[in-house]
Amino acid sequence: MSATVIESESSGSTAILRISGDITSGSEGDLTAAYAAAVDGGARTVILDFAGLAYMNSGGIGLLVTLLVRAQRAGVHLMATGLSDHYRQIFELTRLDEAITIHDDEATAVAAAGA
Amino acid sequence: MSESLPPDQGGRDAGNWARPVDRLSAAGVTGAKVDSVSGKRVSGPLQGFGQLWQKTFKVRLDGSELSPVELIAMWKDRFPTFWPGGSRFYAPLAGIAPGEVALLDVQPVPGSPVKLSTGVMVLYADDESFTFMTPEGHTLSAWITFSAYRDGDVTVAQAQALERTSDPFDELAYMFGANRMNNRFWRQTLENLAKSVGVTAPSVDTQIVCIDKQRQWRHAGNVRNSATLRTARHTLTAPIRWVTRRG
Repeated sequence: MSATVIESESSGSTAILRISGDITSGSEGDLTAAYAAAVDGGARTVILDFAGLAYMNSGGIGLLVTLLVRAQRAGVHLMATGLSDHYRQIFELTRLDEAITIHDDEATAVAAAGA
Repeated sequence: MSESLPPDQGGRDAGNWARPVDRLSAAGVTGAKVDSVSGKRVSGPLQGFGQLWQKTFKVRLDGSELSPVELIAMWKDRFPTFWPGGSRFYAPLAGIAPGEVALLDVQPVPGSPVKLSTGVMVLYADDESFTFMTPEGHTLSAWITFSAYRDGDVTVAQAQALERTSDPFDELAYMFGANRMNNRFWRQTLENLAKSVGVTAPSVDTQIVCIDKQRQWRHAGNVRNSATLRTARHTLTAPIRWVTRRG
């Protein structure tokens, strides 16, 4: 297992969280802190960029569900980008794709967030 | 029944996940009288109706020599034997592996003469954990993960559910006893697991957190798939079918 590394970038009401390494239930602290910092900084759209994702187990996908629910209740729009075919399949399998908007790349997601 | 993705066609975890399926099939299960799962889609916490709960049950296996990997292998292999009496788990012939479907009979509410026939799909499985996802019609729209880890010199077994009730009727039943019954069920399961490896007086630690207090009214229509209502109807009309057959 490798650690979760999250790099944040904000512009106006949009924040990008670039996630690399592993996502497991042990990533909760890092992911929640990065999300909270983005929202506290005024983000109303948070783009999760999974291009650097190397491993995710069921604890990790559970973490994304709880993050998504918190975002929905706070009126924050969550988007996903950079998903490999494999992780797109997992979003489809878990029906996470019905609740989170998926874009092919960051540029498309940022454009959609500003639209 | 479905398959997992070969490791060379995905990430490091590729072989641990089920492949996406449009509709479930319980063709790999024998022994169950009712199959109310085949043809259904899976339904997770995002598709459910009621409040969202995260429930964590843990038991320390003091005195056991089993490593987390050995414990999970044994748990997968003998999963039905740890269930409390009155409920049945019909394991898939291929065992607890990604994409496999199991059928089960459980009591929907305490004291109910009706057995709820439903099932689960194995969403994820690796050496130290496995996760079930419920199908449409199950009382809960949920994922439940069974895992093991070391805490110092002791192996700890854990069951963690992320669950919502599926429809308004299930939510009512949950409020009037089914929730407590569900908690008791998993505590008893972990106690049975611990006793099977020699723990004489297992103590199950329980943590329950409400992740989302709001109900998802847009999913109230899940009631059309309710296995509770279908099973109740099937049970209550059994005498009529019996008379019809004899007549």
